[in-house]
Amino acid sequence: MNKYCKLCASNVTQRWFECRMLASRALRLVGKRAISTSVCLRGGHGVAKVEDYTLPAYFDRRENPLPDIRYVQNLSPVQASLKEKEKGAWAALSADEKIALYRISFHQSFAEMNQESAEWKSVVAGIFFLMGLTGLLVLWQRKYVYGPVPHTLDPEYKQKELQRMLDMRMNPVEGFSANWDYENKQWKK
Amino acid sequence: MSLPKPLMRGLLGKRLRFHLPIAFGLSLVAAIAFKYGVTEPRKKAYADFYKQYDAVKEFNAMKEAGVFESVQPSGE
Repeated sequence: MNKYCKLCASNVTQRWFECRMLASRALRLVGKRAISTSVCLRGGHGVAKVEDYTLPAYFDRRENPLPDIRYVQNLSPVQASLKEKEKGAWAALSADEKIALYRISFHQSFAEMNQESAEWKSVVAGIFFLMGLTGLLVLWQRKYVYGPVPHTLDPEYKQKELQRMLDMRMNPVEGFSANWDYENKQWKK
Repeated sequence: MSLPKPLMRGLLGKRLRFHLPIAFGLSLVAAIAFKYGVTEPRKKAYADFYKQYDAVKEFNAMKEAGVFESVQPSGE
């Protein structure tokens, strides 16, 4: 017998009643979590699996003070009764009960989540170690990988370069040739 | 459990009122320091250099050193 399933918006066979049942049962199982995928039975093939990462998650972040879900999802009987009491007047709650309610909803307080750690020491140590390793690698590379430098870096060639720079009077006011004493042919003291 | 209510408003204004005068002051100090530490000595150095500068003498010295392409040293 064909029935029109309003949930699936399609014609399904005898399963239309089961479709409705499954949807409400699934909603009750998952509790207060939001259903992001539609629960629908199509021709008896099964429900699309709801992945963990698609559901709202809890995380302690300073920028996101009120996460989408409570921290504790499965309440113990004590916690459940406390939640019932929370529905009444809050002045009737003791300080311990208020803290217990806070711990149900949140994992770490702001003070706890913003705590400084000693992680920076490990980070700096890692940086120095890797820089040392890189230095060793560079030294090895300079010895075994690179070929000889150009002839223009020989000492005699550099001497001739220096003399030419002085002859040209390069930067005679404040720079290079300003430090050379042309009368006595030496660097100025 | 009764903490005083924290400051909720005017946080940016307070920060700006504190930091902006300091920023302007420091920039001004930096500019003045650069002017009297760098540009004035530089201007003086150039003025002193050119006070006693004989262009022809320098040219002849350079010519003898052989750095020009259009003029050869007097020996050749």
